[in-house]
Amino acid sequence: MRTLFYILQKEFIQIFRNKSMLPIIFVMPLVQMLVLVFAATNELRQVDLAIVDFDHSVSSREMVAGIKGNPFFKVRQNPENTTDAENLLIGNKIDLALVIPRYFDKDLKTNKHADVQVLVDAVNGNAAQLSLGYLSTVIGSYSASVLNSGVKPVFRPMKTVDIKPTYWFNPELNYKYYMAPGILVVLITVVGMLLGGMNLVREKELGTIEQINVTPLKKWQFIAGKLLPFLVIGLFDLGFGLLVARLAFNIPIRGSLLLLFSLASIYLVLVLSWGLFISTISDTQQQATFVAFFSLIVFIMMSGLFTPVESMPDWAQKLDFINPLYYFVKIMRSVLLKGSNFADIFNEFAALSVFAASLFGLAIFRYRKTS
Amino acid sequence: MITSEPVITVKNMVKKFGNFVANDNLNFEVYKGEIFGFIGANGAGKTTAIRILCGLSTPTSGVMKVAGYDIYRQTEKIKQNIGYMSQKFSLYEDLTIYENIRFYGGIYGMNMAERKARTAEMLERLELTEYENRKIGDLPLGWKQKLAFSIAILHNPKIVFLDEPTGGVDPITRRQFWNLIYEAVEKGITVFVTTHYMDEAEYCDRVSIMADGKIVALDTPQKLKEQYNASNMDEVFLKIAR
Repeated sequence: MRTLFYILQKEFIQIFRNKSMLPIIFVMPLVQMLVLVFAATNELRQVDLAIVDFDHSVSSREMVAGIKGNPFFKVRQNPENTTDAENLLIGNKIDLALVIPRYFDKDLKTNKHADVQVLVDAVNGNAAQLSLGYLSTVIGSYSASVLNSGVKPVFRPMKTVDIKPTYWFNPELNYKYYMAPGILVVLITVVGMLLGGMNLVREKELGTIEQINVTPLKKWQFIAGKLLPFLVIGLFDLGFGLLVARLAFNIPIRGSLLLLFSLASIYLVLVLSWGLFISTISDTQQQATFVAFFSLIVFIMMSGLFTPVESMPDWAQKLDFINPLYYFVKIMRSVLLKGSNFADIFNEFAALSVFAASLFGLAIFRYRKTS
Repeated sequence: MITSEPVITVKNMVKKFGNFVANDNLNFEVYKGEIFGFIGANGAGKTTAIRILCGLSTPTSGVMKVAGYDIYRQTEKIKQNIGYMSQKFSLYEDLTIYENIRFYGGIYGMNMAERKARTAEMLERLELTEYENRKIGDLPLGWKQKLAFSIAILHNPKIVFLDEPTGGVDPITRRQFWNLIYEAVEKGITVFVTTHYMDEAEYCDRVSIMADGKIVALDTPQKLKEQYNASNMDEVFLKIAR
């Protein structure tokens, strides 16, 4: 135990003597929370569109005025023909083109039914669906207003079953509530894997590990000495990031913070052990960084942080069984947003514990004092 | 006090890297209390042998004992009883002199009183007491080498392994360094040193000369000079290597 104290003392001195360490510890959570949470939104801010109006009638102008009045839509141009509208779409000038055919007004009044054409840039399928959805709603409400004013046109069948949804845990569907806990996971993962894990391979590069390897120091003591300081730094950054998220977005903290930090400790042991394992099989920081980065990207993309795991193919969902980020993103969201207790997240806890213990063992096993 | 009690026994030591044979069937003994020199050109296999004896590298075959412990099964016991100074300076340059000493004293399990007494004595001997809070990275090479040696013997090991300890150091500092070695020997520490400076070979009690992974001669400097009819070790080395 005393030996471990001397190792920790040495590691902490070295960490805080490193001039780039303090800025990293404080700037990283700030940037991630204040920039990434905004950047990682799925909400549409503004849809650029062009309207080709062949009808030039009272009805068509009324409908266009309704679209212009909506804050989501920005009418960029009013081309004379569909070809021009298509070119705008191809040239990335607009996201959407609305074509109002000739006799729109007449059809509406005589047939009580009229068609419009919508061309959508669907390169980003998600955004395309959302903007089309918004536009349908705007046109739908115009349709409803015409209906009430006696003309009685029909754009779409009347709803017979009325759905009144109640959104639980995030009633305003605030996207930041959903993203912030996930970004916090990325934050402490990066701290663990890149700051912590790379620390060991640095001693290999400098040659100082040689002097360590001729001492009777036990393997687990050395690995624990490399792991614990960054566990503390990771937990500190989690707290700091959570505070920033609370102040900036007022994200809810419904569950127990003690539970959250206990699970975060297990998760950090896991991530740090993975980083240290990579360090033990690498000779240079460059090699280790590459492997760590590669695994980080795979884990993040598959974790359900940005895209729901449920929409991934079956085999990918099965692969998430061994993805630590998948479990911890889930834990963070449930504890913070739903107020889940220990029993609710027991399965995730069990999985993380098993992985953490095995990876810690693997890192110790793979660290060789004798080459 | 040189005795005939072996502290290192090497029988048929072989180390291969693929097809390359770095140590080709080495056999020797090092006696308690002597300065044993390993002499040879760069690439002769000196460092490979020293790394095996320190437990940093596994031999391909052979039977070896260091400080009475088996090199395959009792490496950790060996490590408690040896000191090692590598060719490449490997103390922590971002830590101060004092912090380095405290760290190594701590991991060798020295108690605080013992460590403090040894540290004070050692810094005084090196005339570094007033610099104990300087970072090691800021020190001149000669100081670093003397410090590395002193830290390697801080825990009073039975044997200290020095791998080209005076490489790149000026002649005066080299002389001072050898004085430190003699003082360690007086305290009963056996010294195993590799070098390619032939004047340093003269300071050893016995030297073994290596070439192409083999030991080609092993005796006291005096006997080697007689045997090869040479006036100094430089001539001996040139005659053997030719």
